[in-house]
Amino acid sequence: MFRMTKKSDLLPGTLDMLILKTLTRAPLHGYGIALSIKHLSADVLTVEEGSLYPALQRLLLQGWVKAEWKMTDTNRRARYYTLTAAGKKQLGIEMSQFEQMIEAIGRVLSDAQEA
Amino acid sequence: MSGLVKLFRKFGVLFGRKRFRDELDEEMAFHRAETEKAYVADGMSPAAARSAAARRFGNATRLREQSHEVVGFRAETVLQDLRFSLRQMRQSPGFALTAISILALGMGVSVAIFGFVDAALLQPLPYADPSRLADVAEASATSPRSDLSRADYEDWKRLNHSLSALDVYGGSGYLLATPSGAVPVPALRVTDGFFSTLGVKPLLGRVFLPGEDQPGKSKIVILTYGSWVKRFGGRSDLVGHSISLSGSAYTVVGILPREFAFAPRGNGEFYVPLLDKNECEQRRSCHNFYGIGRLRDGVTIEAARAEMQAIAAQLAKQYPGSNQGQGASVVPLSETIVGNVRAVLVILLSGAGLLLLIACVNVASLLLVRSESRRREIAVRGALGATPTRLLCQFVTEGLLLAAAGCLAGLGVAAWLITLLLRLMPKDLADYVPFWRLVGLNAHTALFAAGVAALCALLLAATPAVRLSFQDIRVGLGEGGRGAAGRMWQRLGANLVVVELAIAVVLLVGAGLLGQSFYRMLHVEDGFDTTHLATVQIIAPDSIYQKDDQKIALDREITRRLSALPGVESVGITSDLPIQCNCDTDWIRIVGKPFHGEHNEVNERDVTPGYLAALKARLIRGRWFNENDDTTRPQVTVINEALAEKYFPGEDPIGKTIGAGDLSPKSLRQVVGVIANVREGGLDQEVWPSEYFSMYHGPDSFIAVAVRTSQDEKAVLPTIVSTLHQIDHNLGVYGETTMTDQIGSSQSSLLHRFASWLVGGFSAMALLLGVVGLYGVVAYSVSQRTREIGVRMALGAQRATVYKMVMRQAGWLTVFGVSIGLVCSVGASLLMRKILFGVQAWDAPTLAGVAVVLGAASLAASFLPARRAARVNPIEALRAE
Repeated sequence: MFRMTKKSDLLPGTLDMLILKTLTRAPLHGYGIALSIKHLSADVLTVEEGSLYPALQRLLLQGWVKAEWKMTDTNRRARYYTLTAAGKKQLGIEMSQFEQMIEAIGRVLSDAQEA
Repeated sequence: MSGLVKLFRKFGVLFGRKRFRDELDEEMAFHRAETEKAYVADGMSPAAARSAAARRFGNATRLREQSHEVVGFRAETVLQDLRFSLRQMRQSPGFALTAISILALGMGVSVAIFGFVDAALLQPLPYADPSRLADVAEASATSPRSDLSRADYEDWKRLNHSLSALDVYGGSGYLLATPSGAVPVPALRVTDGFFSTLGVKPLLGRVFLPGEDQPGKSKIVILTYGSWVKRFGGRSDLVGHSISLSGSAYTVVGILPREFAFAPRGNGEFYVPLLDKNECEQRRSCHNFYGIGRLRDGVTIEAARAEMQAIAAQLAKQYPGSNQGQGASVVPLSETIVGNVRAVLVILLSGAGLLLLIACVNVASLLLVRSESRRREIAVRGALGATPTRLLCQFVTEGLLLAAAGCLAGLGVAAWLITLLLRLMPKDLADYVPFWRLVGLNAHTALFAAGVAALCALLLAATPAVRLSFQDIRVGLGEGGRGAAGRMWQRLGANLVVVELAIAVVLLVGAGLLGQSFYRMLHVEDGFDTTHLATVQIIAPDSIYQKDDQKIALDREITRRLSALPGVESVGITSDLPIQCNCDTDWIRIVGKPFHGEHNEVNERDVTPGYLAALKARLIRGRWFNENDDTTRPQVTVINEALAEKYFPGEDPIGKTIGAGDLSPKSLRQVVGVIANVREGGLDQEVWPSEYFSMYHGPDSFIAVAVRTSQDEKAVLPTIVSTLHQIDHNLGVYGETTMTDQIGSSQSSLLHRFASWLVGGFSAMALLLGVVGLYGVVAYSVSQRTREIGVRMALGAQRATVYKMVMRQAGWLTVFGVSIGLVCSVGASLLMRKILFGVQAWDAPTLAGVAVVLGAASLAASFLPARRAARVNPIEALRAE
């Protein structure tokens, strides 16, 4: 299993992008975000709490997400994060950057295989 | 999002810290609970699920901190650092105490000295718009600032356009009638505008009105606050009443405010308008006033000086007899008042600054030693994840904390030192430098202290920072805090010690030079025996002693009665005692020599026949005065060697005739004797030509008596005073002292004594700090090299070799420090040349002496660690590994 322990283990900014992406569908609490990333990546990516909450604070500070306390289905209080307009824009930027990166890496790798 | 909104949110977090934490805690607790639930759903037991969730989460506090760091301020880590630093201080109170007291000492001394500098040089004089006030005086070839004559003053005042006001003051003295007899009181005679020019408002009554200083006007007086309280008990109804001064009634019109002080005549108690012209003031050539002027708007001091010089030149043409060669001097009033203490104060401040520097360097090297012994702690913290920046912050905080504590303590030391110095200051000196009352901890000193504190803090914060940035954490861990890395510190620490030693040398040389110049000043050639000589001043009231015959009779009576006292060998009376001033001068012309109206200025003294003999002056040629040298015979004079050499080079002056510029028959006198120079002027002044006249030819009402005693001269003083009162209880008797005391309390010797004691104190502290610093470096390096020394000795090194090894290191440091210091001190002493007396700035014996003292002290300081090194037991040293 590949664990995202520290930002440095992933490409920089990837965690922020993943969080923003999971929030595009619906507002989620922290646990929901971690769970969502885990499920969507078919259990390959596990977000550590040690990275998740500082990352959420960072996003809040940048104004890319909003937070509010709501009740869950099981009637517990939880902090739900919602994507803001600025966050949506940022997600677009990050995704295009990421795609360029993947493409570039892919080119390098396919070249290496041919050689 | 804009930075501003971000900042607001940061502030929101800072002030709602608790809420932020609670929310985060709740959020994470929720997360944990959900994880736990998921584990249970997977089939774990609730207990196992709980611990698994907790394990996954790790350290909750650390997590919270990480989240907080994203949004928090540095301020909070600073608080943490501060708490940690305080804990460090508590842990090793010895180190903290030493460092803080050294800093406090350096700070305290420099802030205290700055307090004086501030009062004397920076704060404006206590008058209205003081920067526009000028000291106005005449100038001649022999003295760049000499008194104005009343006639010249009147012309200057009438002709000039640069000054909106010009007033003069002159010293005087009156006999105040009191129930217990006549008391002589120093006073000033001033012109009508004196107080309004200074901008002084009276406490009670009024100041003088225009025209009240003219001849024939009524006799009025203004009292200083001190005099009013001391002599009249501060009676509020005194204004309007009259008091008796030297037999005449003067009406008190005003009382000056408490804070008023007029430094040039600091001891004057009564201010009286000029009124009638005395004998001196009827002559244009008789100078007895100094002027103060207020510059008109837009007029510079240079322009005023130029105009006054032009007026003086015009008067010189108009009255060549009295005014030829008389120029004008116009300088800022502050220059006249503080000019003579400025050089001394600047030197003291520099000395204090050097002491502060040495203190800072000392503490910095203490910090270095400590950071060295904390290498393991640093390494461990680094290994546990502290970033270099974080570690640096910690050390900077510790440095700042030390500086802050040291500076606070330093302010206390400064306050104490200021009161101590003010108490130690002799009364005579304080009278003439009344700005001392402004000395204290005020806004200026606080600002200065803050500046000094910031510099200290910078130095103390920078030292460990520099140290740390060179250090590799892994080395610290790996070697367990010993070995090669110590070399880095040795080099830095050693450099600091060189600086300390060099500064100590500079201060020691300064103290040595000042001490020598003070010694030389007290041991200048006086030309008479200063021991066993009692002196007293007398005012013979004009109302009783009107005629010359009466005054001569009084002089004879005083001489007769005092000579008869037990223990008295001889008695003489003079117009001015020696070692006072080159003043009360006369312009002479030699009969039969070319003369072009130049002013040949010489000191003039009227003395009784026994006076010069009583001083034990040395007669070189001719004869003393005798009882017959009075008005019934042609006037004769005794001259000093300086006059003989200047005006009779290569000739025998005996029998030659001297006269006034116009050679009027009345002024002609024959030289009958030549004496070796008696020092009439101050200790640090050159000896002027002087002529002595017989007191019986022209007696004075202000006289001084010199009494030669066979035993302790101080013991005779009360008897002398009571005898004088027995002769006539109307005599004003004051200033009874001994010649030795008078020399010791003269302004030049006081300033020198003050300066040499203070700088001496500074240099003693500097020596101590420098040597302790050297000891620290050598001792530390020995403790670091214990293992190396053990190995050397195990391999057969002799104890002598070990001694040599350690002493060589100390020796090099000392040689470096002392040589650099010697070079610097020659430069520094060139700067203080101005106040040195009779000693060169590059005085070789002083330099050599300082080098020897410091060398010896350094050797002693390094001997102790060397001995410890030589006593290392090789087996123990190696086993300790």
